[in-house]
Amino acid sequence: MTVGIVMLVHTALDRAEQVARHWTMAGCPVVIHVDAAVSAKRYSKFVKSLKDNALVEFCTRHKCEWGAWGLVAAAQSGSEQILANFPAVRHVYLSSGSCLPLRPVQELIDYLEARPRTDFIESATTSEVPWTVGGLSEERFTLRFPFSWKRNRYLFDRYVELQRLVRFKRKIPKGLVPHMGSQWWCLTRQTLSAILEDPDRPDFDAYFKKVWIPDESYFQTLARLYSTKIESRSLTLSKFDFQGKPHIFYNDHLQLLRRSDCFVARKIWPRAGKLYNAFLKSPEGAIKMAEPNPAKIDRIFAKAVERRTRGRPGLFMQSRFPNDGWENGMTCGRYSVFQGFSDLFEDFEPWLAKASGTQVHGHLFAPHRAEFSGGQRVINGALSDSPEIRDYNPIAFLASMIWNTRGERQCFQLGPNDEAAPIWFLAKDPNAQISVISGAWAVPLFKSNQNFADLRREAARLQNLESEQLKVLRSPYCKARVRIWTMAEFIEAPMEPLQSIIDEMGHLALRRLSEAPRMNDLTGFGQFLQNLKNQGMHPYLMGDFAVDHAGVNNPDKPRKPYLVQ
Amino acid sequence: MGFWTSYRLRIQRRRWLVRALRKRRELRAVSDRSNKIKSDDLLLFSTLRNEHVRLPYFLNYYREQGINHFLIVDNDSNDGSLEYLAEQPDVSVWHSKHSYKKSRFGVDWLNWLQFRYGHDHWCLVVDPDEFLIYPFCDTRPLRALTDWLDASSIKSFSAMLLDMYPKGRLDEQPYRAGQNPMEIASWFDAGNYTMEKNAKFGNLWIQGGPRSRVFFPHEPEKAPALNKIPLVKWNRRYAYVSSTHMVLPRGLNQVYDEWGGEKASGILLHAKFLDTFSIKAAEELQRKQHYAASIEYLAYAQSLSENPELWCKWSEKYINWRQLEILGLMSKGNWA
Repeated sequence: MTVGIVMLVHTALDRAEQVARHWTMAGCPVVIHVDAAVSAKRYSKFVKSLKDNALVEFCTRHKCEWGAWGLVAAAQSGSEQILANFPAVRHVYLSSGSCLPLRPVQELIDYLEARPRTDFIESATTSEVPWTVGGLSEERFTLRFPFSWKRNRYLFDRYVELQRLVRFKRKIPKGLVPHMGSQWWCLTRQTLSAILEDPDRPDFDAYFKKVWIPDESYFQTLARLYSTKIESRSLTLSKFDFQGKPHIFYNDHLQLLRRSDCFVARKIWPRAGKLYNAFLKSPEGAIKMAEPNPAKIDRIFAKAVERRTRGRPGLFMQSRFPNDGWENGMTCGRYSVFQGFSDLFEDFEPWLAKASGTQVHGHLFAPHRAEFSGGQRVINGALSDSPEIRDYNPIAFLASMIWNTRGERQCFQLGPNDEAAPIWFLAKDPNAQISVISGAWAVPLFKSNQNFADLRREAARLQNLESEQLKVLRSPYCKARVRIWTMAEFIEAPMEPLQSIIDEMGHLALRRLSEAPRMNDLTGFGQFLQNLKNQGMHPYLMGDFAVDHAGVNNPDKPRKPYLVQ
Repeated sequence: MGFWTSYRLRIQRRRWLVRALRKRRELRAVSDRSNKIKSDDLLLFSTLRNEHVRLPYFLNYYREQGINHFLIVDNDSNDGSLEYLAEQPDVSVWHSKHSYKKSRFGVDWLNWLQFRYGHDHWCLVVDPDEFLIYPFCDTRPLRALTDWLDASSIKSFSAMLLDMYPKGRLDEQPYRAGQNPMEIASWFDAGNYTMEKNAKFGNLWIQGGPRSRVFFPHEPEKAPALNKIPLVKWNRRYAYVSSTHMVLPRGLNQVYDEWGGEKASGILLHAKFLDTFSIKAAEELQRKQHYAASIEYLAYAQSLSENPELWCKWSEKYINWRQLEILGLMSKGNWA
């Protein structure tokens, strides 16, 4: 008993010849179907090249177009011929010209010999698997597809729409339950001949001629009628990408293919000479009888599909530029934004760096330049601190910075004065942790040495800007983790919020903060606010501060700059 | 895109093609071996001027990748480039004395040559200082890529320009003919690029890199464009619009995914910044034959006389394509 190979060929005829000879060398007869689209000249040359080999035959040619009936017709003709002309054949293996046997043919023969009644054909019902191309799964079997998907996509789509509109549904022939699966199968003589000699075959054929991609469903469905034992898997290693076209193997896949222990792989790049040499000329001698194990290859190709469909979150580049809302992660990692903290605390940045173990920048969006940590002019990825470059595309600047420093959490300061900051982007980014002490911008004003009229103007400006920012951060579209305190609220118990912010960063092992940042001396701040009010400017973002009369006539002794607890 | 825009772009494309046909008279074939081109050959098109020292490595680099025929326009070189090219068995070379600027920086000339010889071929259009890197380029020839693109029904392939520069002054290490320029200019900027969509042509407009960082820190909008689509399965109805930054019909510019995924893309290593650069910059300033009144060269000349170092602490040293892919500058897409 042996295995018969039906080989469907349309290009790379020289490789097909090579593989056919390989099969016959182990005593397997081969029936080759050459696509009718191949020119008569090339066909006859091909036939001639294999003339010397008695085990190779050629069958009636059909025109094979992807997704159309021709491929099934080709497989039928080939199978009929091989069953008729080679009575020793027990299993028929459907393969293509770009398939390559990875293990010695004898191993395949032995493997099938040990499983004489088993049909290896991937076959699953449509409702159970997500294999859909062009949004069609169930409908493959209930609509008509007279137009080519490859050549006439427009008509194909319109005709599908039309049928949906009029609720057209074809009747599935009695007794058939549509199944789909890889078109590369290996069936026993019993099953295959039952399919081919079925008295109802004309009906089935007529039905499947108008099914879409019948080569993935014809044998898969009919095998269910006759097979006594179906192993629903293909012996051919064949991976498909998200558009349903097969992945191609190249020279650099050699080791991967070796370790897969699969019998046959498709599709091989015709010019991958190293693979053909390795597997055809010197197949590994040792007979292993191992079960095929394509897990590793699966992983690689699954990753490729994921990269093509989902991409790397937070990456904007020449071939990935997602539309709004399709970023699948606007930035590539979590980061923290602090507003008002460095105004309220004297040494907030070094303190935060120490307490959280993260990279802490100053005001990245300050008007004069991007204040990178440590006063650097350029940071990771050669990102420049030039304010013009940053403001030219602030979102790209921020996304690049987070991308360039992936693996290390970034913190930076924000303030009402940083008008270049892409505040909507920050607010909509779930990776952003934004903590705001509103009104803290008044502290530097309070401590500055300026004329009061200027201070008043500046305070009014900053308050407007900050209130605009807060509006964004409080909008229902905001997805960032936002915390907002008024300054009055915050200074009542500053350690608690600080602790929870640091805990949420989850960077260092959870532990209590041992050191507190030093708060600016706020004596007289209440009076300062009152003065602003008296001048007609109403500061409200910082909450309510009592007016402490540390006036000129009763000087308190200066308090120590007060430490938080 | 409305009917009207689409119609106007079509008119524009036709106009570029007619212009290219007209400009063919400015070319004189010096050594025309185009009859050797076979139907599935990979072709490379280039315009150059005084690049003799770069040519040996350039030609070999692309021969090894699998380019079958080079079609080159020599814009009046006087350093022996023309003679050198005429000797090569796989090069067809044309000579032109006419204005580089008036041929829209060589685009018209190459549009003509592509119209005439590139139809139905995969065509790579690069300058002599640009070196294509694509996924798996260390193990798979260019043909593997183009076959895969064909099988995936993809007609154009993006390769962003990545400016390479040496550590130290540009003129510190002289470049010898035949040498790999990346031995000298082995550094690049990994993550300071900005991009936006060009609504009219549908391409991405990418800027940034060392040229933006050092030469245009105060006017980044003037920094040169880095987006390129150098590899196209050509059809005689196609036309490059501006260098290889944009091509019409505009569907070819859709080399990026907008729904979160990554399409396959490569990189053009741009080895412009060698010791030859300052001479070139000085000459181009005289000739004023470059884009936007040579504003780029003007900025270079100014900055270079002050502080000719492009290298910084965060520059990245080039290793291989996998490094560029990890950095997010290019992508394997779903090619595995």
